[in-house]
Amino acid sequence: MSVVPAQVLPDTARSVPEAGPVVVAELAPAARLWPSLVAVYRAQLSRARVARIPLLFVATFQSIGITVMMRGVVDNGFEARSVVAGSAVLVVAFVALNLLAQYFGQLRAGGGLDHYATLPVPPAAVVLGTAAAYASFTVPGTLVTAVFGCVLFGLPLANLWVLLAVVPLAGAALSGLGAALGLLAPRPELATLLGQLGMSAALLLGVLPPDRMPELVRLARDLLPSTYGVEAYARTFDTHPDWAVVLADLGVCAGVGVISLAAAAWAYRRAAVR
Amino acid sequence: MGQALRQDEVVRVRGLAKTYPAVKGRRGAPGTPEVRATDALELTVRRGEIFGLLGPNGAGKSTLVRQLTGLLRPDRGSVEILGHDIVRHPERAARLLAYLGQESTALDELTVSLAAETTGRLRGLDAARARAERDAVLEELGLTPIAGRPLKKLSGGQRRLATFAAVLVGERPLLVLDEPTTGMDPVARRAVWSAVDRRRAEHGTTVLLVTHNVIEAETVLDRVAVLDRGRVIACDTPAGLKEQVAGEVRVELVWRERAPLDVPEVAVLRERAVEAGRRWTLRLAPEEARAAVATVTGGAAFAALDDFTLATPSLEDVYLALGGAARQGLVKA
Repeated sequence: MSVVPAQVLPDTARSVPEAGPVVVAELAPAARLWPSLVAVYRAQLSRARVARIPLLFVATFQSIGITVMMRGVVDNGFEARSVVAGSAVLVVAFVALNLLAQYFGQLRAGGGLDHYATLPVPPAAVVLGTAAAYASFTVPGTLVTAVFGCVLFGLPLANLWVLLAVVPLAGAALSGLGAALGLLAPRPELATLLGQLGMSAALLLGVLPPDRMPELVRLARDLLPSTYGVEAYARTFDTHPDWAVVLADLGVCAGVGVISLAAAAWAYRRAAVR
Repeated sequence: MGQALRQDEVVRVRGLAKTYPAVKGRRGAPGTPEVRATDALELTVRRGEIFGLLGPNGAGKSTLVRQLTGLLRPDRGSVEILGHDIVRHPERAARLLAYLGQESTALDELTVSLAAETTGRLRGLDAARARAERDAVLEELGLTPIAGRPLKKLSGGQRRLATFAAVLVGERPLLVLDEPTTGMDPVARRAVWSAVDRRRAEHGTTVLLVTHNVIEAETVLDRVAVLDRGRVIACDTPAGLKEQVAGEVRVELVWRERAPLDVPEVAVLRERAVEAGRRWTLRLAPEEARAAVATVTGGAAFAALDDFTLATPSLEDVYLALGGAARQGLVKA
């Protein structure tokens, strides 16, 4: 088999506007982190409006259903607080962990990552923008669940605003985890499965009152990032909440959030260039 | 001369090799052997040309494109784009070229308008510039009337045109397009090629095009590299390549039910024909072709003949004559 050499075309055959002496071309500017994060966030939010509203209803009804169910199990009082806080944060876990793991798993399997990987955008912007869009989409569901739970168990609504801190911080921690799982899973079905497992863990460990659990399960509960969001919100039901401890819980959430989002950005880079 | 040529080169590929490792068979799933996707591949694309990669499925086109765009690291060899070493700095590819892949999953749920704008923002444009370029490109490609519709609600051809629009927002000196016109109607195809021509005339934009489509390759490409089993087996202008088989004529015969093999001349022709059902394809010297046509259009054979065509060779014939592995040839139409 012979290789036919490329022939040099006569110059008239091509239009060469400027065959200048510059051999190394100047690189186009890369997209900066913040503007591209905002662009991804905006695009994802518009996408969520169409595709995710039914799922958000599912997430909310699921959590409301759990509070109703637990009404028959727990007495009013201390335990009710962790049920309400846990099921409110569960909405975040459903969307940020489960749905985001699915989304990135499918994006990776369907070749969609190539689109982002051939644009000069920082990996963190794609991961953070997507995660932020998913997390902010959980806000209404979380609030609805919390209000419903408080009314059902007769808990005070005064400190509901704490959720505005709990949702982004627990959301960051859980969505980073979800994105990393989706990007690292070798197959999209596995990403879905891991997301489901994470969500089940958040359900069992977050909603059920911890005092009834064996030691080992309680340890697992401490390892789950959403736990600290649940605890932070649960503490604000006290008559005189210990704000320092609430802040510490939120601090743990934020710390885990930073770590898990960094892990997700690393996973993205690994998945994009093979 | 060598130095002068270097300055004119946009893409320079030397000794590029990538081998996918063998996959061990597991229960129920057979393993696959080691595959050499690109094999000591060499390629030079010059400024302002539309350069085509032609070859059957599995020839290594996609692997080559992934290596050029920094998506896949080669085992060996070098890729230079506009003087930048893409093997060592794969992240620079995104700042030198725009890539249209075969999938649109990342954009499917966005509207046409938002897909173009977001892609422009991620290509480094500021908000005002991204919006202005978005409007200009959508207008240029005739997409303005469907700007507000999500991509996944569009037909395959329209969706492809919308992803092509996203590629054009945020100018790049090199466009790498993987089968850009798949599923498009003639109007959309024309919109694509006139948009490419305009950028070529105004900015000297270079285009690297992956295609299956022989007819499109013959009409739009300045030069074409024919790929087979990870190697470039020929590289020239479409006309130059066709000259290699200029001495031949392609004869296609379609029989009504079956070939009249009882006619001795037909039985002889069969030995040289590539058969596909009722269709025989023969590549013959001009005088042989005349004799063959005389045979089948007269006497007993004519009664069995449904249709016949005589044609000058196409790029597909070039590919087969060069010894391409896929004997069934390339996809036409």
